[in-house]
Amino acid sequence: MGLLWFYIRKWYRVVKNEVLVLPSRVVLVLFVLTLLGLPLLTQDAYVLRILILTSIFAILAASWDLLSGYTGQMNFGHALFFGVGAYTAALLNLHVHIPPWGSIPLGGLAAVLAGLVIGIPCLRLRGTYLALTTLAFPIILLGIIFALPGITGGELGVSGLARLSNSRIMDYYITVVLMLILCSIMWKITDSNTGIIFHAIREDELAVRAAGINTTRYKLMAFSLSGFFAGVSGGLYAHFMRIAGPSTLEVSMSFTVVIWAIFGGIVTIYGPVGAVFILFPLLEFFRFWPEYRTLMFAGVVLLILLYMPEGLLPWIRDKIEVECPRCKIRNIATRKTCRICTASLD
Amino acid sequence: MILDIVITGLISGSVYALLAIGFSVIFGVARIVNIAHTAFYMLAAYCIFFVTQKLGFHTLLGMLVAFVAVTLVGLLAYKLFIDPIREHEGAVLIGTIALAIAMQEFMLLWFTGDYVSVPSLIKGYFAVSGVKVFYQQLLTFGMVLIVLFALWVLLMKTRLGLAIRATAEDREVANLMGMNDSRVAMTAMGVSVGLAAITGAVIAPLTILTPFMWMHPLIMMMAVVVLGGMGSIKGSFAGAYILGFAESLVVFLIPQGAFLKGSVALSIMILVLLIRPEGLFGISFEEER
Repeated sequence: MGLLWFYIRKWYRVVKNEVLVLPSRVVLVLFVLTLLGLPLLTQDAYVLRILILTSIFAILAASWDLLSGYTGQMNFGHALFFGVGAYTAALLNLHVHIPPWGSIPLGGLAAVLAGLVIGIPCLRLRGTYLALTTLAFPIILLGIIFALPGITGGELGVSGLARLSNSRIMDYYITVVLMLILCSIMWKITDSNTGIIFHAIREDELAVRAAGINTTRYKLMAFSLSGFFAGVSGGLYAHFMRIAGPSTLEVSMSFTVVIWAIFGGIVTIYGPVGAVFILFPLLEFFRFWPEYRTLMFAGVVLLILLYMPEGLLPWIRDKIEVECPRCKIRNIATRKTCRICTASLD
Repeated sequence: MILDIVITGLISGSVYALLAIGFSVIFGVARIVNIAHTAFYMLAAYCIFFVTQKLGFHTLLGMLVAFVAVTLVGLLAYKLFIDPIREHEGAVLIGTIALAIAMQEFMLLWFTGDYVSVPSLIKGYFAVSGVKVFYQQLLTFGMVLIVLFALWVLLMKTRLGLAIRATAEDREVANLMGMNDSRVAMTAMGVSVGLAAITGAVIAPLTILTPFMWMHPLIMMMAVVVLGGMGSIKGSFAGAYILGFAESLVVFLIPQGAFLKGSVALSIMILVLLIRPEGLFGISFEEER
């Protein structure tokens, strides 16, 4: 009894002193709780379907940020990882009869291989050249897929895959929990030493090399890590939609990922995730005017960019929180003094 | 067969050359990766369609209207959406993507997704050993050469061209030498969009118009720019014809070639990059790549 009381009080202290002091943390906790508790409120298949797809794409957008945001290796062909993951999972499931829990990670591994294959030629390129070159890879694969309709199903894709699980609610929990776990892992990676080296590679690669760090290894690592997460999301997508088609490799797919990530704010991980959770349901909402849907999507992106070129979520965060000039701890914007070192916050 | 390959290669190579040069002009001067570049090309083609088919004027007038109107639209779009966020590289990138998608959707709403075509400027053809060579094809090729020559004169022989090249080389120093940086960028944008409009105008009679016609040229244009070396007109020219001929060879010689043409052309680009990362004619700058 005493032990239980101790843990309750400890937990209460953590919530009061660590979570409630910062609005961004409150929002994060509320977001996770809402996602996990949503099936209690509604079991509408359509709402769940949208949220499942949103979660899948959130993993994809965050993985783009891990590679292109952090290391600055602009990847315009992120659909390659997604498509490789989807097609590998689909073919393994259909021909070798590996169940989804096996085929999805294997799809991720195939995407890691793809990451290494495109990472090696791309190591010598930088900036815009890299962006334009990576754009080519999904299109090369798309051409091969169209040319070999016997194996890949051509334009129709590979269909008739096993379901993720037996019920829509189970699907929902699998994807949402997986999304939360994978995004936390990505966030942890970017917060670690490796993440700091990624940051440094973006800022000044020459200086990192001069500091005795093998940047080639770290860049390839970023390509494979990002490929793995994107491949997993591709596999999830294939098993949820029960089809892996050429649409997973199209240019518009790569562009959409870039739009999500930059719209939400790069080099944050939470930015792209938040952006997908705003933009994807918004696109569904626009379905009431089907012919204006994509136009309005483009319009929203253009207008928001004019006012928040750094991305939506970092902009909001800067409005509600300020960084203490002395100890670099974040505080809620309404405070006059820092909550840790009591320095003035102006 | 051989003549077919040569004609198709020349035409698509010329189109890619014009597009790639226009793209490098604005990239060089303002460091803007303009994804919407080929969307302007699509816009010009539809503009001609509108003037000739809906209003019933001559194709030549359609081309003039397309050139002027699209250039104006491009400058307006630059002033409204790109210029305010020019300092943020990522924002510019998705800004231009959004712009391209918006244009595509506008055209989709206005002209629907149906395939349409435009009458050629000069009708008729002559036959060389059984292969039809349309006058329009010759005209297109000739026009491309003229435009390329005019562009070369503009860039190399005029004061404006000197300013554009100077800003492309070093924006800050050019600014210190008294060149109005943002005005040069604006002019470069005008030249760039104008080139896209001319490309759309000369190719419109030879192709089928859909609102999605900007996707494939966009990819090939980027491949040409990377292959030839960014900012090098000679490189863009050579790269465009290499990829154009590669595409037409694949289409005519390999079964299922139409699906593989993009793959083969892009694989060539990647192979060249493995050997020469700065492209065929590019100069490698220390901080650029």
